Amino acid sequence: MVSRPFSTILSVLLLTLGVGMIALLLNVNNHIQEQIQNNVRGIDMVVGAKGSPMQLILSAVYHIDAPTGNIDLDEAERLQKNPWVSYGIPLSYGDSYQGYRIVGTDHQYPELYNAKIAEGRLWKKTLEVVVGSKVAKKLNLSLGDTFSGTHGLNTEGDTHEEHSYLVVGILEYSNSVIDQLIITSTESVWEVHHHEDHEELAEEEDHKHDGEDKNHEHEEDHESEQQHEHEEHREVTALLVKVRNPIGMIQLPRMINEDTNMQAAVPVYEINRLFGLMGVGLDTLSTIALVIMIVSGLSVFISLYNALKDRQYEMALMRSYGATRWQLVWLVLQEGLLITFSGFISGIILSRIGLWLLSDLMETNYHYTLSEWSFRSDEAWLLVIALFIGVMASLIPAIRVFKLNISKTLADA
Amino acid sequence: MLRTRSLFFAYNEHTKFQFPDIELVESDHLLVLGESGIGKTTLLHLMAGLLKPTSGTITIMDTSILELSSAELDRFRGKCIGLIFQRPHFISALNLYENLAMVQYLAGKKQNKKRIQEVLDSLGILHKKNEKPHRLSQGEQQRAAIALAVINSPKFILADEPTSSLDNQNCARVASLLKEQASGTGSKLIIITHDQRLKDQFQNTLTL
Repeated sequence: MVSRPFSTILSVLLLTLGVGMIALLLNVNNHIQEQIQNNVRGIDMVVGAKGSPMQLILSAVYHIDAPTGNIDLDEAERLQKNPWVSYGIPLSYGDSYQGYRIVGTDHQYPELYNAKIAEGRLWKKTLEVVVGSKVAKKLNLSLGDTFSGTHGLNTEGDTHEEHSYLVVGILEYSNSVIDQLIITSTESVWEVHHHEDHEELAEEEDHKHDGEDKNHEHEEDHESEQQHEHEEHREVTALLVKVRNPIGMIQLPRMINEDTNMQAAVPVYEINRLFGLMGVGLDTLSTIALVIMIVSGLSVFISLYNALKDRQYEMALMRSYGATRWQLVWLVLQEGLLITFSGFISGIILSRIGLWLLSDLMETNYHYTLSEWSFRSDEAWLLVIALFIGVMASLIPAIRVFKLNISKTLADA
Repeated sequence: MLRTRSLFFAYNEHTKFQFPDIELVESDHLLVLGESGIGKTTLLHLMAGLLKPTSGTITIMDTSILELSSAELDRFRGKCIGLIFQRPHFISALNLYENLAMVQYLAGKKQNKKRIQEVLDSLGILHKKNEKPHRLSQGEQQRAAIALAVINSPKFILADEPTSSLDNQNCARVASLLKEQASGTGSKLIIITHDQRLKDQFQNTLTL
């Protein structure tokens, strides 16, 4: 083995690639599924502004896409009173801080994900926020810190400098989307935005005042009218809905999509659609990885077989010095197993490096992490498959060793 | 100690050998002389249990080796018989010392460093013990091959043409080395050769 470094390296390399790819796929697939399952629990339906249902799901449930738009609060509240609806959690988002989204909601939202308070308490007043564990760690936020949100989801947006949020609580790690969110009350989000609207309006009004000094009586009316307008225009971005029974599951989306200005999207359906699209890619990659593994098995076989031709004499020599057939068969098997095992180990290491790189990429782009260094149970199966390939590849050489004609080999040498 | 009776071996219809009976009872070493193609190597392989005869019996130390199972025979050979082949061969990945340790291991013995040192020293190649076998000179290889054969102090040392490729001087030296090593471990030598030069060195000869 040492005397034929290139063929051995080739075998190990091929196996590394095969095992690495499969392990990486298994991990990524499992992590994504896990995250998706975790984040979708308790949500039967997402109601939001009309647009792409996939986008609505991705933005409202997973917080990785831009929102589709806003829906009227009145309409959302009307829906919450619908007998088919068990509960509806309003979400208002669109602002962020250092790339982490600020979501206005009510106390049902952390409850939905079983997120417990690690430090502090939940928000009580407007502009009080609770941060997810990952956000707290990454941004080094602790209780009592203040910050201002940015309009939009990237860091370059306008900051709402006049309003600063106060951190009153930090959540425990829950392995769900809430870890990467900053949550606050719906009113906080309104306040930040309305104040801005108000300022703009006030400026406009100032201009008006210049021209309309005389209309003093109207002013008060005007202001109250404006306030009224504000009340009417209260909006949320989406509503996470839990349906009471299966009939509601069928009726409710139809009703919402046909009779209202909103759309209802079913996460399970959209996620299945997404997986359907992704699945083709995953299947192709696993097939390629499997082919690589088979080729590596072939390479191990050829390497062992050629090695045996060169070493037939040594094998006969060892037999003549007292080695039994089984000892030599075991020797050949060991070599095959050693090659496949080292291929497996380096494959797993490769997959972890890949996972780490991918995780880094996901972290910067979506704030989702994949990193998990533990050994998965399906990777034990991969080990079994790898060793099986090793045994299969050494089988024919082993049989040859077993049937080796010592006398002839020694005489021919 | 070693006895063969009506040994017959056939590779195929045209190549078959009938060997005379051999009896070695506590006497001296044995030199078996014969021309090429007469089945010398075949006889050696038969006696070492590397080949099974078509008919006949071989008894070594009261053991009928043809009745042993394959694994038993391998063990028996490892313990009782040391083999020296026409051209020296080693396990090329291991150095000289490791080759000897390997042979000890294969015979089911514990690694005995002192014995390895002793054998190498007596053959004058102790300073080469960390060399790979193929780096040794031809004479050193020849001596290393003797070391492999005697390391386990076997009852019999079977040598196949150990001197045919050597000049007169070296031929005599190898012959005396073999005898020296054999008497050192109390082994009996059985040398099979066509080399007439060895005739003077051994009293007990058999011509095929």
